Amino acid sequence: MSGNGTPLLEIRNVSKYFGSVIALEDVSAFVRAGEVTCLLGDNGAGKSTLIKVLSGVHKPTKGQYFFDGKEYNFNSPRDALELGIATVYQDLAMIPLMSVWRNFFLGSEPTKGWGPFKSYDAEFAKTTTKAEMAKMGIDIRDPDQTVGTLSGGERQSVAIARAVYFGAKVLILDEPTAALGVKQAGVVLKYILQARNRGIGVIFITHNPHHAYPVADHFVILRRGQVYGDYTKAELPLEQLVQMMAGGADLEVLQHELEAASREGGEEAEALAETAQNIEAELDELGDDA
Amino acid sequence: MATDSAPAPAAPPPASDERLREVSQLSRLLARPELGAVVGAVLVWVFFAIVAFDNNFISWATTAAILNRAAPLGILAVAVALLMIGGEFDLSIGSIVGFAGMTIMVLSFPSEGGGFGWSLWPAVFAALVIALLTGWFNGYLVIMTKLPSFIITLATLFIFRGLTIALTRLRTNRTQLGDLDEVSGFALADTLFASQFTIFGARFRVAILWWIGLAILATWVLLRTKQGNWIFGAGGDANAARSVGVPVNKVKIALFMTTAFAGFLVALIQAVQFNGADTLRGFQQEFDAIIAVVVGGTLLTGGYGSAIGALFGALIFAMVQQGIIITGVDGDWFQVFVGTVLVVAVIFNNFVRQKAAQR
Repeated sequence: MSGNGTPLLEIRNVSKYFGSVIALEDVSAFVRAGEVTCLLGDNGAGKSTLIKVLSGVHKPTKGQYFFDGKEYNFNSPRDALELGIATVYQDLAMIPLMSVWRNFFLGSEPTKGWGPFKSYDAEFAKTTTKAEMAKMGIDIRDPDQTVGTLSGGERQSVAIARAVYFGAKVLILDEPTAALGVKQAGVVLKYILQARNRGIGVIFITHNPHHAYPVADHFVILRRGQVYGDYTKAELPLEQLVQMMAGGADLEVLQHELEAASREGGEEAEALAETAQNIEAELDELGDDA
Repeated sequence: MATDSAPAPAAPPPASDERLREVSQLSRLLARPELGAVVGAVLVWVFFAIVAFDNNFISWATTAAILNRAAPLGILAVAVALLMIGGEFDLSIGSIVGFAGMTIMVLSFPSEGGGFGWSLWPAVFAALVIALLTGWFNGYLVIMTKLPSFIITLATLFIFRGLTIALTRLRTNRTQLGDLDEVSGFALADTLFASQFTIFGARFRVAILWWIGLAILATWVLLRTKQGNWIFGAGGDANAARSVGVPVNKVKIALFMTTAFAGFLVALIQAVQFNGADTLRGFQQEFDAIIAVVVGGTLLTGGYGSAIGALFGALIFAMVQQGIIITGVDGDWFQVFVGTVLVVAVIFNNFVRQKAAQR
């Protein structure tokens, strides 16, 4: 795949203010075709605002937006979508009570026939859904089953496959692995690689460095609305990424505070103790990785 | 695009997937929303066939009476089913029946009696336009205010009924108008909307054909057109549907206009059949229609349901009504029976749907 080409999508020195609140300040990032750029940041880092700027929901207060070398100024997400910039949000825009194939083509239904007898080409929709999912390496069992019966990872995959089928050149994924178990998250990461291998530029938003590291070619770390670091994979080992993300020291302080609180007893003590243990376990895990 | 990408890890799709259990036709059938109503209709029929055997329940005459009774309710129910799948309610449909019927009557009534003296078809056309406007008004208010349609149409239930009574009285000083058969153009209307055909000595009304025809049309729209897909989408999750480009507002307004059209059609059928109209025509029929729809397997919360189910829901309603009449049970018990059937049907439907979801 390419790799050294010009960026497919790029933002330069973008700032976004909401009244007196500075949500983003001087943020630059880009993604090339056939590459995965990971946007990492803890809660409140400005990830959500950045997604909305990228997908055309918010206009940046300052800065420039380039797609395929040309500067754009979007008025609505539709404008971005028409260029092939597709965003898959956490809530996925899928309807649980509807079947997979009906969801896949919702809003862009294929039709056959003529005039008043024009009908929804269900056969085409079913076979295409199955075929597109297969191209992503997803074997859908029965396109007639409702989306509500799919697991979280499978739903993410349907949403990604749908965006790819409808001509996405850039795929913006909003925390696709956040609510998933380990295995399911792995499955979704595999589909991100599949999309990348098909020449799509993927912008993968997450707060989990362990999910980001295996798939990303490029990392942009956000902290408090600013770019805290911008690295290629070769420049940045995983443990350093983890350190930059939350800061191991911060976690240690938190652990001690929680333990102190739990010793004081009271109603929430047990819950707090448990949380402290969880954090301890996570710290151990980080240590192992490092 | 995907020319030099890594080969997909998935093995070539096997002829059959080991995770895909052979699902029997029966179990696929169980997943259909109308199943409960079909089974329910059979059960209710068998019940009365036994209980009312001596009263000739199994006869062409009784069958005709049931279908004639079910037809007007069924026409409303099919439209209400579409609307409820689209996630909205219309409590004003009974008032629209009254309003449209009185519009036809007042416009075509002789001017010496306070009417406008129009011939029938212009009056019918005007009533159609007015009914569609009331539907548009309901939909527009719901979209604009973002209030639940339950509240909006509860308000228009009173507004439209009140207008029917007030305007009719203002103009004609009466609450009932008759003699529609003396208006020019009545013969054709009678053929189209109120004629009867005899099968095995029993008289079936043409409204039955309208009812079944509309149910088939609605089913086709729901399952085999993109607009049908939009209806399910709008009812299942309006925001999600909007985000993929479904014109949710237009879909909902069109659905309100569809229920208003059904109200108009029932008003026309009844005006021709009864040779007149009454300001109270259609009173409380919105509830009968909603009962038929819910018994037919449509979810109150939208996004799931069927027009064929609504057809069977109306059939159950009419069978219970007719069954009670011919068994000679005090008619006072009818409402108790209907309420009970409603609760049982909803419990049964929920049970079936959960089973279907787990299959």
